[in-house]
Amino acid sequence: MTESTTPAPEPTPAATSPAPEEDPRSGAAILRKIVGGDVVISFLAIIIALVIGGVLIAFADEDVADTITYVFARPTDFLGAAWTAVSDAYIAMFRGAIFDFQADTFNRAVRPITESMTFATPLILAALGVAVGFRAGLFNIGAQGQIILGGIIAAYIGFAFSLPPVLHLFLAILGGALGGALWGFIPGILKARTGANEVIVTIMLNWIAVYLIAYVLTLGKFNASGTGLRSPQVGPNAAYPPLIPDFLVPGNTFRLHWGFVVAILATVFVWWLLERSTIGFEIRAAGANPHAARTAGMSVGRITVLTLVIAGALAGLAATSQVLIDRGSLTAGVAATYGFDAITVALLGRSRPLGTFLAGLLFGALQAGGTLMQSVTSTPIDIVFVVQSVIVLLIAAPPLVRAIFRLPDPDAPPKRARAAAKEAAA
Amino acid sequence: MKLELRGITKTFGPLVANDHIDLVVEQGEIHALLGENGAGKSTLMNVLYGLYDPDDGQILLDDKPVTFEGPGDAVRAGIGMVHQHFMLVPVFTVAESVALGYEPAGPGGILDLGAARRKVEEISERFGFHVDPDALIEELPVGVQQRVEIIKALSRDARILILDEPTAVLTPQETDELIKIMGELKAAGTSIVFITHKLREVRAIADRITVIRRGKVVGEASPESTETELASLMVGRSVNLAVDKTPAELRDNELVVSDLTVLSGSTPVVDRVSFSVQGGEILAIAGVQGNGQTELAEVILGIDEAAAGSVTLDGKELLGMSVRERLRAGIGFVPEDRSTDGVVSSFSIAENLILDLYDTEPFARGVSMNLGKVAENAEFRTQEFDVRLTDIQDPISTLSGGNAQKVVLAREMSRPLRLLVASQPTRGLDVGSIEFVHKRIVAERDNGTPVVIVSTELDEVLALADRVAVMYRGRIVGIVDAREAGPAGINRDVLGLMMAGVPLEDAVQQAAGHQSTLASADAAADGKDLT
Repeated sequence: MTESTTPAPEPTPAATSPAPEEDPRSGAAILRKIVGGDVVISFLAIIIALVIGGVLIAFADEDVADTITYVFARPTDFLGAAWTAVSDAYIAMFRGAIFDFQADTFNRAVRPITESMTFATPLILAALGVAVGFRAGLFNIGAQGQIILGGIIAAYIGFAFSLPPVLHLFLAILGGALGGALWGFIPGILKARTGANEVIVTIMLNWIAVYLIAYVLTLGKFNASGTGLRSPQVGPNAAYPPLIPDFLVPGNTFRLHWGFVVAILATVFVWWLLERSTIGFEIRAAGANPHAARTAGMSVGRITVLTLVIAGALAGLAATSQVLIDRGSLTAGVAATYGFDAITVALLGRSRPLGTFLAGLLFGALQAGGTLMQSVTSTPIDIVFVVQSVIVLLIAAPPLVRAIFRLPDPDAPPKRARAAAKEAAA
Repeated sequence: MKLELRGITKTFGPLVANDHIDLVVEQGEIHALLGENGAGKSTLMNVLYGLYDPDDGQILLDDKPVTFEGPGDAVRAGIGMVHQHFMLVPVFTVAESVALGYEPAGPGGILDLGAARRKVEEISERFGFHVDPDALIEELPVGVQQRVEIIKALSRDARILILDEPTAVLTPQETDELIKIMGELKAAGTSIVFITHKLREVRAIADRITVIRRGKVVGEASPESTETELASLMVGRSVNLAVDKTPAELRDNELVVSDLTVLSGSTPVVDRVSFSVQGGEILAIAGVQGNGQTELAEVILGIDEAAAGSVTLDGKELLGMSVRERLRAGIGFVPEDRSTDGVVSSFSIAENLILDLYDTEPFARGVSMNLGKVAENAEFRTQEFDVRLTDIQDPISTLSGGNAQKVVLAREMSRPLRLLVASQPTRGLDVGSIEFVHKRIVAERDNGTPVVIVSTELDEVLALADRVAVMYRGRIVGIVDAREAGPAGINRDVLGLMMAGVPLEDAVQQAAGHQSTLASADAAADGKDLT
């Protein structure tokens, strides 16, 4: 056989070059790290944020400020005042967010939790959109603009037409989703075609949306009142019906509406999309390793567009929960800060559908609780923003949380006692 | 300087990378550290260089125990290291590179590049390096860059030099020069630790050989040992180094590449390349890393775009088709860089096994995936390809390189192929896996599939190929029939010269008049075998 003259191969090949290490500071790598974060980190971040919030509440309190002048003479006064301030504030927050045990009727006692859910609805929907983007390795900062566009179209369909029940609402919801999807498509196609950075494009589109809505509100049908501040109210058939129907509760004051059900359905849909569909497979592959995705025949550009369209549609749905309500109308503030809070919520939820849903509930509760806290104690609602901001900070810096709680770093090679080695060497 | 390592132990979690390793390197000795990838060679040297703390054991220099807190300590103690991947700044000159980190300062702390330049000249002259201190690193060939690294180490008075896989990036001719340089250094009293897994080099250069397997020293060998002896010492069992294959039975189906040009910016990285591969044969594309082979393979799959030319498979033009269309047309593609292009490391083994089939029956119906079928497929494929794993739902990053590569091969060969393109199919694999991969590739060829192998390993090329195309600077220098390979015709010297750009006829002539260091070492050893 001729092979006998063939030199034997060396048993192992030469260049064992490891994969070209991706710069750990690159955006995508950071994103992957945050998304891959631990659920424990999320929990601890919330706890630290509440503790820091407590400290701020104490120092903002007037009684505490009085007692601090003689803190060394009578520290108990100071500690007592601080305890009262913090516990009062957080108890008020609990009463405003979950269950008001001081309420005189049952309806009023459970109303807070429904308020939290109402506040949470747009947050959950917009955050799901941001989370889908994260999973594809995209920083979608444009939820704010996507909400605004969704709001414009949903409101227009809501007030400009008179359609039968169900159909009218359905079309208005669809319109909201399409409006958001359009605002997601633009950065998607720009990134896919030209490589434009989606962060910059989405931020700029947010501003375009802000001025667009201000302009739209001055136009003909939108400006029926002539003030340029508020569109006509959406038709009764285009509004989400209340989730707790009137016949169940006499004197129904619950604001909670079917938008919350949409949020639940969207959460289930996103879970199915990411974990059980071929599109999700592509999104996750492109997010985790675009090179391998391309080599496997996926079109990363197509995935980018599709992801941002889906993300935009979800943010657009968030707008419907604000506009398509009883006597709802479009205002320039339709998006409030939901688009930006959504980023925090998605981060806190580690971009997982269920995690995002729970994080959205938490933020809704903070919002609802903060409102009552502000009205019954001297603590300003801004504390809530501080708590939210601290959460972002800690989620973005897991090493900090690990250092505070002395948790081991899952990525680091195990450390051995340096001393032992020295001993052995000596 | 004499170096002694006593009972060095280093563990990473449950993995024992070094298990009580003893090693003595005498002054002026070239000591080869031979072992497979992952045997623990690099860990040991990183311990010596102060990058890792050993869990146990001690390092002695000239019989005095030392401890290193970091590479700085090791350098001060006279240890120099040349990493496999050079630590050079491309836009620096040679003198600047040598000064980097230890900048000689004149009065007032002003950088004294003159001193660095003089040092480079002095060392360069003493050992015959021929390195211009003012040349820019990026303009130097790889072999010279490596010499800059050696100069860097010597300029810091290294008396023990660690060379980590120094020949991985070199042409055979550059390897010869490196061997000469190592001889000079040795004559000057420098001790050299030479890390490698290439058996032939070890026999040509080393004074003594220490073989490491699975973190343990399994024996010492003399350079006179045969390759087979060293190999079986290294892997712990006798291995069949040759690939069993019958002569190629050519079929009519073929891949034809003609006048293919790929541009990077405006410079051609693949330059008017033409060749054809018929069903039932293996064409190996040989060449030193970075001569256009990667781009050639990628343009066949469609990841890179061709500027001109054509690629037809069974008469159908591939250019202009998307990657997916080409995959569906029956191309199996094993990418050169497994971890970057071959797998998604956070995905499970099962998911990686369907990375390019996820949206086809039976794994998907419409957009809904059938996870049951995905798992079934994974069970079947991993058994067929003997992938060692605990659970198919574990992320693929838990697998060793060899097993991950088997996953890639299993995926690419799990559908009927009309063409197989495999780049560096066995890079970073252990001997057992290499045998397996080679067998599967030959089996695919015997199935009648045209196979293109891109490899920088001459031995792999010679073992697998029916024909060899040598690439240099984007062009095919020549295509030779591997059946003519052998001492008289196309041997590794000829291929080596071709890899440096010498045309076939000239290469044959030159090779006849010149025996490379490695070849003469082979001859010497073979002579001893016979006696």
